[in-house]
Amino acid sequence: MEKILQIKDLELSFNTFAGEVKAIRGVNFDLYKGETLAIVGESGSGKSVTSKSIMRLLPESSAEFKNGEILFGGRDLTKLSDKEMQKIRGKEISMIFQDPMTSLNPTMPIGRQITEPLLKHQKISKPEARKVAIDLLRLVGMPKPELRMKQYPHQFSGGQRQRIVIAISLACNPQILIADEPTTALDVTIQAQILELMKDLQRKIDTSIIFITHDLGVVANVADRVAVMYGGKIVEIGTVDEIFYNPQHPYTWGLLSSMPSLDTEDAKLYTIPGTPPDLLEPPKGDAFALRSEYAMKIDMEMDPPFFEISDTHKAATWLLHPDAPKVEPPLSVIERMKKFPGSRYYEGSKN
Amino acid sequence: MARYIGKRMFYMLITLILIATFTFFLMKILPGSPIASADRLSPEQRAIVEASYGLDRPLPVQYFDYMFGLVQGDLGVSINQFKGAPVTDIILNRIGPSAQIGFQGMLFGTILGILFGMVAAVKQNSWIDYASTTVAIIGISIPSFVFASLLQYWLAVEWQLFPVAFWKEGFMSSVLPSLALAMFPLATAARFIRSEMIEVLGSDYITLAKAKGASGSEIAFKHAFRNALIPLITVLGPMAVSILTGSLVVEQIFAIPGIGEQFVTSIMVQDFSIIMGTTIFFSVFLILVILIVDVLYGVIDPRIRLSGGKS
Repeated sequence: MEKILQIKDLELSFNTFAGEVKAIRGVNFDLYKGETLAIVGESGSGKSVTSKSIMRLLPESSAEFKNGEILFGGRDLTKLSDKEMQKIRGKEISMIFQDPMTSLNPTMPIGRQITEPLLKHQKISKPEARKVAIDLLRLVGMPKPELRMKQYPHQFSGGQRQRIVIAISLACNPQILIADEPTTALDVTIQAQILELMKDLQRKIDTSIIFITHDLGVVANVADRVAVMYGGKIVEIGTVDEIFYNPQHPYTWGLLSSMPSLDTEDAKLYTIPGTPPDLLEPPKGDAFALRSEYAMKIDMEMDPPFFEISDTHKAATWLLHPDAPKVEPPLSVIERMKKFPGSRYYEGSKN
Repeated sequence: MARYIGKRMFYMLITLILIATFTFFLMKILPGSPIASADRLSPEQRAIVEASYGLDRPLPVQYFDYMFGLVQGDLGVSINQFKGAPVTDIILNRIGPSAQIGFQGMLFGTILGILFGMVAAVKQNSWIDYASTTVAIIGISIPSFVFASLLQYWLAVEWQLFPVAFWKEGFMSSVLPSLALAMFPLATAARFIRSEMIEVLGSDYITLAKAKGASGSEIAFKHAFRNALIPLITVLGPMAVSILTGSLVVEQIFAIPGIGEQFVTSIMVQDFSIIMGTTIFFSVFLILVILIVDVLYGVIDPRIRLSGGKS
């Protein structure tokens, strides 16, 4: 498969009054054409910062690339000028944000907001752009699009506004769509509609999607591959089946255990103890070690490298080192692994 | 919308009647008399003069008489300042120069202030930002008569670009007083627009506009400006009234026959009709501007427009 975006050893810091906050500490991943890559992690794990750094939407005054590159179409996005980035934003890479209630300009009719990227990036006239905008609105399932072009954002519901934001993001048929928690602010029934819409549109225009979320239920629904982020790093990456049914990193175990499922019998849901690390002074070794019951001495001293479980599946934990003791994952995770051919708990192989 | 404005007009009328009533009785409480050199007149002479202006009648009669005239658009005649001249004519004669320098000052100050504020917000913490903040602080803290004197000294006396004073050379005479008046709106606009723009520029829809590929100036003018305008309109309205209706000090310094100067003189000599007339004139102006501001809110922000239109 064709790699459309490559992120290599990306390091990014925010210079604050308190000091340098190392928000991204060496992130590597590739995005393939037409796939959906989900990036999951809790607040402060660096998932949003990673996505915004691709678009270079972080405040130039405080955010600073320390190392690495973001390769897109043969160019390193970290080195482009703002003018060059303007030609990429909204045309080749576009973005959907978390809160549709605040991401549309309240004093501009939505028609103008949709035609803006068209007029900016494509050589078309205003009436043509208007036509395209109406088609886009129809595409995202907005009834009576002609009448609604002149209306303002406050005349739409939250779900409708997110549809409009999606229409804007798709206006120029981007190669990459970055969706930063696009369903978090919506209620559950609308969430499902928006996810369906995104999957549907992806099939139609064959764009690659980076889907940022902390909702594992959503991930299972939309993603082809999943990257789990913790403390400014990717700790585990693999196909959606590998992450859900053969997870290797204790943090992924924690995430999956804290997700309610239909056969959860305990009344109490598991929570990962502790809080995410302070990236002003990132801990030595494995950032998750302090919260992990599986932590070993080496976790406190050395950063674990990536161990390959399969061609597509990698995890950064010392537990995968040949010399590490074999540990038992949490029960709910073992239950999951029983369903995955190739995991050591696979029931098909035992019987 | 028409219904909304009609309703507002009705309330404005009530407000005006209340203002007129209060001013009327407040002035009657004031000690002293509008009759010039009243102290030197004998009680009999004084009574005759008072009677000629109807000041001897009981208060309620005077009040209703005045209000009746007011409703018909009659503001009465001057008692001592311009003996017998209709107050309406006096105001109309004096408002021209005040309105001209006020309008020019407002326009110049506001436009320049908005530009300063926007540049300062877009280039936050740059030298431009600091320079614009400094200008704003100077404009707000230094009174206009200081600027007026400085302008007079440098531009009129030293460089002789403009007349020093008087209202004789048309536009040229209006330049310096307009500049002196412009400093305050300039500083206020710069301050308000800067802080509001900084807030707006941090909002999600600006990030989305950036994500669409909009350039810095497109973001500032097409997306942010309109959203940053509301608080400024709120302060500019009443400020426009006070400046358009004349700044006493600036009019004094440049010897401009404006309404501000006129108003103060009429208070000193207690020319009852002129005080009443000017107060009512100012009030009508202020109330109208507030209405315009409210309508403008709706023009700028569609969320306000709809809720106003329905009522």
